[in-house]
Amino acid sequence: MSILLYAESAEGKFKKVALELASYAKKVADSIGTTVTALTVNATDVSELSKYGVDKVIKVNDSKLSGFSAKAYSNIIEQAAKKEGSKLVLLSSSTDSLYLAPLVSVSLQAGFASNVIGLPVSTSPFQVKRTAFSNKAFNITEINTDVKVISLSKNSYGVVENASTLKEEDFNPSLADSDFGIKIESVEKSSGKVTIADADIVVSAGRGLKGPENWGMIEELASVLGAATACSKPVSDLGWRPHGEHVGQTGKPVATNLYIAIGISGAIQHIAGINSSKVKLVINTDPEAPFFKVANYGVVGDAFEVVPKLIEKLKVFKAQG
Amino acid sequence: MKILVCISHVPDTTSKINFTANDSEFDTNGVQFVINPNDEFGLTRAIWFQEQQGASVTVINVGGPETEPTLRKALAIGANEAIRINATPTDGFYVAQQLAEVIKTGGYDLIIAGKESLDYNGGMVPGMIAGLLGYNFLNSCVELAVDGTTVKAAREIDGGKEIVSTSLPLIIGGQKGLVEEKDLRIPNMRGIMTARTKALTVLEPISAATETKAVHFEKPAPKSAVKLVSADNLDELINLLHNEAKVI
Repeated sequence: MSILLYAESAEGKFKKVALELASYAKKVADSIGTTVTALTVNATDVSELSKYGVDKVIKVNDSKLSGFSAKAYSNIIEQAAKKEGSKLVLLSSSTDSLYLAPLVSVSLQAGFASNVIGLPVSTSPFQVKRTAFSNKAFNITEINTDVKVISLSKNSYGVVENASTLKEEDFNPSLADSDFGIKIESVEKSSGKVTIADADIVVSAGRGLKGPENWGMIEELASVLGAATACSKPVSDLGWRPHGEHVGQTGKPVATNLYIAIGISGAIQHIAGINSSKVKLVINTDPEAPFFKVANYGVVGDAFEVVPKLIEKLKVFKAQG
Repeated sequence: MKILVCISHVPDTTSKINFTANDSEFDTNGVQFVINPNDEFGLTRAIWFQEQQGASVTVINVGGPETEPTLRKALAIGANEAIRINATPTDGFYVAQQLAEVIKTGGYDLIIAGKESLDYNGGMVPGMIAGLLGYNFLNSCVELAVDGTTVKAAREIDGGKEIVSTSLPLIIGGQKGLVEEKDLRIPNMRGIMTARTKALTVLEPISAATETKAVHFEKPAPKSAVKLVSADNLDELINLLHNEAKVI
C-alpha cells in the first residue's frame, strides 16, 4: 500500500506543487513505513521526482489527455490507486486538482479533506489540519474511510530534497468516451506572465494607485521580483485591471510566500482571500489602514515615492546576487 | 429547463468566528447568516435563465429550520420554489448524497452550486454530486449559456480561462463571472412579499453515510505586531525580507 500522489505537469514539465507534494508524501510515507508512488500524465522527463523521495513512477502518455478532463484524469487516478493498493491519495490545491478531487473521492469511496496544511496530526485515527472559515480558523478533520484523499495547500509544506532510486513503469489505463463529456473549444491565456497560482511573490495594488495609467511601476516591481501582479476588488470592478487579477474572497485566493499590498486599505473580504500568504508587506499612506494589523512588514508612505525607490534598491540587491 | 440551485447558509464575511462546546462546534451566537457568495452568483445567473429562457428555478439547502430565512431570501430574489432537507449537514459527502437523491427524483437539467462555501471551504459538494450521478461537471465556472440541451461555458484556469462545450444534464461549481457583482439583486418589497407565499417544501433526509468528521477547531495564534520600516530606509526593508523573512 504505497502512498499515491498525482504529480501535475504543464507542457511536460512538473509544476512546483508536484515537487512539494512529493516532498510531503515522502515524509508521511516514512512516518507510516511505506513507499511513495507518483502518477504522471504526459510528463516528458520524470527523473526529477527522484530528488524528492519518490520510489516509483507510473507514467501515462496519451495524446487524448493533452487537454485537461477532470473525469478522465480522476478515472486514471482511481485505476492507479486500485492497481497500487494505495490507501492515501495526495493531490495539490491547483485549480485542476481541486476540480478532480471530489470525483476521485466518490469513485474510490474515500473521504476527502481539502486545504490541508502540514503533516497529519495523527495517522490512526487519520486526522489532518485544514484551513476553514476563509482562513479565519483551522479545523482538525478526521477521515474515517479505508482509502483517504487529501489536497495539500500550496506552500504549506515546502519543497524538500530527499534523494531516492526511481523505478519507472508505463501505465495504460482504460478510458471511455464518456470521460470526455466536457470538450475544450479554446483556451484564453495571457502568455509569458507569471500566474498568481504559480507565483512565489505577488505584487498587488488597489485604489490608492489612482488610475490604471499608474500600473507601470507595479508591473516593473513584479518583474524585478519575478512576481505575479494582482489587484483589489474595486480596481477590477472599475475596469482598471482584468478580472483575472482580482484577489480576495470572491476573486482568486492567494497562498504565496510574499504578498505585497500597495495602496490597498485591507477590507475584510480582501484579507480573507490572501491571509494564507506567509509574509505580508503593506505600503500605504494611511497608518490607520486595517491592512497594517495583519501585515508582517509595513511602510507608511506614498506609493508613488516608495515604489520607484524600492524598485531601484531591489535592482541593486538582485545585481549583487 | 429545470434548474436546481444549491444554497449554503453561511456566516457573513464580517462575522467574528468563535467556537463552542470545547472548540468542537461553530458558535452561531450573534452571527449574521447570508447566501454563500459563490452560490449567489449562480442563483442570479439562474434567474436570468428564468427571465430570458423560461427556466424554472428551485433552490435547495440541507439544514435545520434556522436556515429558512436564507431560502426565503433566495425566493425573494426570484426563485420559483424552495426545498429544505431537514438534516444537519454533517459532511460534504452526506450533503452530496441528499442533493443527488432530489436531483434524480426531480429530473433537474442544470444544477448550479458554488465552487466552495465560505464556512468549511470544502469545495467538494458539486463534484461529489457529479460523481454520484455521472452527470457532466464543470468546476470554477465563470460563463454559462444554454441553448436547448447544448451548453457553452468557460472555466477559470491558472492565468486565464478555458472555453468548453457540453450538454445537459450538467452540474457546475460556480463563482464570480457567472454574473458580476453589480448584477446581484437586493430583494425588493414586492419580492419579499411574494416570497412568503411561494412553496418551501421540507423533505426528510435519506439515510446516508458520512466519511469525515470535523473534530476540533482552532483560531490562529495572535499575530505579532507589524514591523514598520521608514520610507527613507528601504535598505532595511530589503534586509528584513531577505535575511529575516527569507522571501526574496
